[in-house]
Amino acid sequence: MEIKLEALFQDKIDQEIKIEPRDWMPEKYRKTLLRQISQHAHSEIVGMLPEGNWITRAPNLRRKVALLAKVQDEAGHGLYLYSAAETLGMSRDEMFEELHSGKAKYSSIFNYPTLTWADMGAIGWLVDGAAIMNQVPLCRTSYGPYARAMVRVCKEESFHQRQGYEIMLTLSKGTEAQKALAQDALNRWWWPSIMMFGPNDDNSPNSAQSMKWKIKRFSNDELRQKFVDVTVAQTEILGLSIPDKDLKWNEERGHYDFGVIDWEEFFQVVAGNGPCNKQRLKARVDAWENGAWVREAATAYAEKRELRTKNQTEAA
Amino acid sequence: MAVNKDILIDYILHLADNSMILGQRNAEWCGHGPVLEQDIALTNITLDLIGEARSLYQYAAELTGGNSTEDTVAFLRDVMQYRNTLLLEQHNTDWAYTITRQFFYDVFHYYLQEALVNSADERIKEIAKKTIKESAYHLKWSSEWMIRLGDGTEISHLKMQNAVNDLWEYTGEFFIPSETEIEMTEIGIAPDLTLLSKKWKSKVEDILTEATLSIPSSDFQQKGGKKGLHSEHLGFILAEMQYLQRAYPGSEW
Repeated sequence: MEIKLEALFQDKIDQEIKIEPRDWMPEKYRKTLLRQISQHAHSEIVGMLPEGNWITRAPNLRRKVALLAKVQDEAGHGLYLYSAAETLGMSRDEMFEELHSGKAKYSSIFNYPTLTWADMGAIGWLVDGAAIMNQVPLCRTSYGPYARAMVRVCKEESFHQRQGYEIMLTLSKGTEAQKALAQDALNRWWWPSIMMFGPNDDNSPNSAQSMKWKIKRFSNDELRQKFVDVTVAQTEILGLSIPDKDLKWNEERGHYDFGVIDWEEFFQVVAGNGPCNKQRLKARVDAWENGAWVREAATAYAEKRELRTKNQTEAA
Repeated sequence: MAVNKDILIDYILHLADNSMILGQRNAEWCGHGPVLEQDIALTNITLDLIGEARSLYQYAAELTGGNSTEDTVAFLRDVMQYRNTLLLEQHNTDWAYTITRQFFYDVFHYYLQEALVNSADERIKEIAKKTIKESAYHLKWSSEWMIRLGDGTEISHLKMQNAVNDLWEYTGEFFIPSETEIEMTEIGIAPDLTLLSKKWKSKVEDILTEATLSIPSSDFQQKGGKKGLHSEHLGFILAEMQYLQRAYPGSEW
């Protein structure tokens, strides 16, 4: 029975028919997706923190409003993604518990600090840029609710990316001091950004199965290469330089070659030892715990109101 | 009667600074709210407030002339030149204080717009027409939270009552007219604050009663913000807000 269902399931995937919440699916497919979508949702929520850090210090009113709206969009993305994940059988509160206990992960990039205003440019340009590379193929991922959430997310992300690039452009055309801020931000965000695509393909244990189920459509290394190729040209327009002495055009491959990634750093940050892991998690836990009385009061009030309405109806 | 430009600018700055400083305070919540949906809602309100402040700063900049822009007006004035009331610069403290501060302002802000849509100044009138729609929503949102938390659990009731008691002394300043307001009222640009005060009291009493919260009996009211005598908080707010403009003067961002 199970084998037959699984064959039918794979057949649907192969025919590009979306899997919907009520459809039969292998337990491992459900778990893989739940892990991936909740991790993605957590990344949006934790990702609000490094940028939120600069809202009160934005350099002018136009930038302040744009940054506020951007961070708010991330909260919105978190909402769609938590909703998509909930269709796989876990509540948002349960997902929060997993985040807060450290069981669930989020994108490691958000464990780096935002030290100057230029980081708002670099994050939009590089981090959102890398996220888009990863996310555009997810608009066609095999699980329906995830694919639909990603269509909305991607539209907004590409807007954020342009906004970030425009910050970099303004800085790089500005005073010497501003240009130095832009270069410094690029230096700090470059390597963590290209790490965002995950380990090399020969070291990525879940990739093959995810490709077969069409959760993923391109390998980590393919996406990373695409990102590097696109970003080099954008960096030239800015008049900045990428901090990689091995970066050069490879005529034969038709791609840029780039230096070896420091995977030791990547795995240290994943393991919780990045510069801001503890602060980011603490900020989320604090928000949740300090908000407990608010959520409890809202529930209590809703119950009281329901009871009052019921009593009034009965009295009438 | 001719309008004195400096006094008009001073009045516009009062309107703008109120919303700007509250927006700046609320923005500190972004990413730290008690529920994701409310984080988004408060950010929406913040965006409205800063949006309104921008329209007013642009107007003030035009009247000032020269190289004045919305940003020079917002970022290059010091504490003594800010005209917001003291309530709006108070710390967020927690969700109870934040909601209560928002609610006290929303009631004032809404009735103020209701009057300003008939202002003798065309530009202020136009801005008020847009703002009134937003402030009607803000008032609905904060009123609902006052009721929900006041009439929620024992703990939430206590927290709300404390916030109401502590912030109460900053609510009277809205209705103590500055010299600027007296002049602006005389020529029909600003409304009569006595009338506004009655509407404010009545609305606040209604909502607090529904929220099972008691109205503080203390009559003493702090004042000074409207003429630039602020609490110690504003200096820090501006230090943070203006840091880049001060550290890298004359740069494009």
